[in-house]
Amino acid sequence: MTTTQPPSQLPGFEVEPGSLNPLADARLAVELDTGDMILNMGPQHPATHGTLRLVVRLDGERVIAADPVIGYMHRGYEKLTEFRTYPQITTLINRIDWLSSFANEVPFIHAAEQLMGIEAPQRAQHIRTLLTELSRIATIYLFLGEMGLQVGALTPAFWGFRDREHVLNLIEGATGGRFHPNFNRIGGVKDDLPWGWIVECRAAMKRILDGCDDFEDVLVGNEIFQARTRGVGIIPAELGAAYGVSGANLRASGVDWDLRRDGKPYLSYNELDFKVWTHQDGDSFARYWVRLQETRESVRMVLQLLDGLASGPVMAKVPRIIKVPAGEVWVETENPLGQMGYYVVSKGAIGPFRVKIRSASFSNVSILPWLLRGLYVPDVVTVLGSLYFILGDIDR
Amino acid sequence: MGLVEKGVLSRKPLKPVTWLLNYSRKYSLWMFQWGLACCAIEMGAALASPRFDMMRLGVIPFPASPRQADLIVISGTVTDKMVPAIKRLYEQMPDPKYVISMGSCANCGGPYWDSYSVTKGVDQVIPVDIYIPGCPPRPEALLDAVVMLQERIQQEGLGNDELVARWRGEPVEVV
Repeated sequence: MTTTQPPSQLPGFEVEPGSLNPLADARLAVELDTGDMILNMGPQHPATHGTLRLVVRLDGERVIAADPVIGYMHRGYEKLTEFRTYPQITTLINRIDWLSSFANEVPFIHAAEQLMGIEAPQRAQHIRTLLTELSRIATIYLFLGEMGLQVGALTPAFWGFRDREHVLNLIEGATGGRFHPNFNRIGGVKDDLPWGWIVECRAAMKRILDGCDDFEDVLVGNEIFQARTRGVGIIPAELGAAYGVSGANLRASGVDWDLRRDGKPYLSYNELDFKVWTHQDGDSFARYWVRLQETRESVRMVLQLLDGLASGPVMAKVPRIIKVPAGEVWVETENPLGQMGYYVVSKGAIGPFRVKIRSASFSNVSILPWLLRGLYVPDVVTVLGSLYFILGDIDR
Repeated sequence: MGLVEKGVLSRKPLKPVTWLLNYSRKYSLWMFQWGLACCAIEMGAALASPRFDMMRLGVIPFPASPRQADLIVISGTVTDKMVPAIKRLYEQMPDPKYVISMGSCANCGGPYWDSYSVTKGVDQVIPVDIYIPGCPPRPEALLDAVVMLQERIQQEGLGNDELVARWRGEPVEVV
C-alpha cells in the first residue's frame, strides 16, 4: 500500500471519516501486540539452588504463569529406607537437606528412640541441640550471603562462605564430617566433644555475630537492596499457612509459630531462653530480616548451652543389634528450612517398614505458581532466593 | 575442526609451540559448574570462599553458557531425569573438553547404589577425565583435581593421533 492514499480508500477499510482514529488505535494495538513468551529457567540455573526447573510464561517482562518442574533430584528416599537398617538410614537422611545435615538426623533418631522407649542422656541432648543450632547457623549463613548475590551484590556471598567455614570447622571438630556428620546414634551421640572445642566455639560465635552486623549494615540498611526486596513476593499469612509454608518463610508473614517452642518438646529447647522473631510484611525483605535475627538467636542459644552444658555420659544403654518394636510414630522438628517430620512405621525388624518424610522445601515451593504471578523477571530470582529451598529437600 | 584436520596441528608441531599452547590452555580453564547436590555447595566453597579461592589456579567459573567452557564439573547425584540435560550441555561444549566427576554419586551412584531413579555414575553418559572420591569431597580435593588436570593438559602432545582424537572429543586412554 502507498502512503499517498488516505486510509479510508484502502481496500477492506471502508469506514466513516469520524471513526478513523479508533481504527488507527486498533491497528496500532494489533501491531504492538506481543504473544506470550515461554522462558525456561533451569534445570541448571545458578538462581535455582540446584536443579529446580521453572517454566515461566511471560507477557513482556511480566510473569503471567510460573510452573515449577521438580524431580530432577529425586533419589527415592522413602523406598531406600525400606531396605536399610536404622543406623544406616541416619547416613542416608543426612543428605536430604544437605546444608543442615545434622538437623535432619534428629527427628528420625527421635522417632526411633520413642518407639524403643529410650531416652538419651542430658549431655547427649545438649550436644545434639548445640550441633543442630550450629548447622542452622551454617545453613542460614549461606542464605544471608547468597541473597545478596541474587539481587546483584557479590561481596556478601564471599562473606557468607568465609564465616560459614568457622562453623563448619566446629562441626568437623566435633563429629569428623564437614557436611554430613552422621553423629547421632539411637540413644545418644557417638562421641563427647573434643578438648578445646568450647573455647573455639565461643570465638566462632563472636565472628558470626560480627558477620551478622556486617550483613545488617551492608544489605539490610542498603537502599538498593530494600528497593529490590521490599514489597516483592508478599505471602499473606493465611494463604501461606494453607499452602503449608513453614519456618522462617511463615514467620516473616507474621505467624508466630516455631516448633522449637510450640511443638511437642524435643531436644533441650524448653531449657533455653530464646525469642521467636516475626515480621509483619511477608515480603522478601521480611524473610531476609527474620533469618538474620534467627541467626543471632541461634548464637544466643549456643552460648547458653555452652554455659550450662550438662555432665555425664553421652550414650544410653542400647542393645548391640537395634530392633525397634512394632508401632507408628510421627516426629516433627523445626529445621532451618521449616517444619520437617518423619512418620515411621515399624514392624519389629532391624529396619523400618515404611518412612514418610515431610520436608519443608517441598511445601515452601508449592506456593511459587501463586507467588510469581505478576512479578517481573528479575524479581523471580529475588523470590526464589528469599524462599530459600534446597532441591534435595524438595525432591528427596 | 580445521585446525586439526588440515592446519598446523595436522603434523607434529615444534616442542616450544606445544609447550606454549598447553601452558596457555591449562591456565585459562573456563569451568562450567554443574551443581547438582551436596557437592555443589563444596564446589561453591572452593570457588567463592576466600579460604580456597579456586581462581588463583587459573580456573574461571561462571561462563555464560557451556559453549564457552573447557571444563565441566559434575558435582552431585545424577538422576535419570537429569541425564538428557547433561548429555546435551556436554555436547554443546567446544573441543577439547574435560570432565571432572566430583563425589561418590557422580562416580558410581554412591549411597544411592540401589535407588531406582539414580544413574550409577556419570561415566555411563559422558567420558570422565578425573574422578574425585568423597561424599562430599572437601574443596581441597577439587583443587587437587584441577591441578592434576592441569598437569595432564601440560603433558598432552599435539599432532599425534591421541590428541587428534581428544580434540575431536573422543575419549583418550591415559596410562
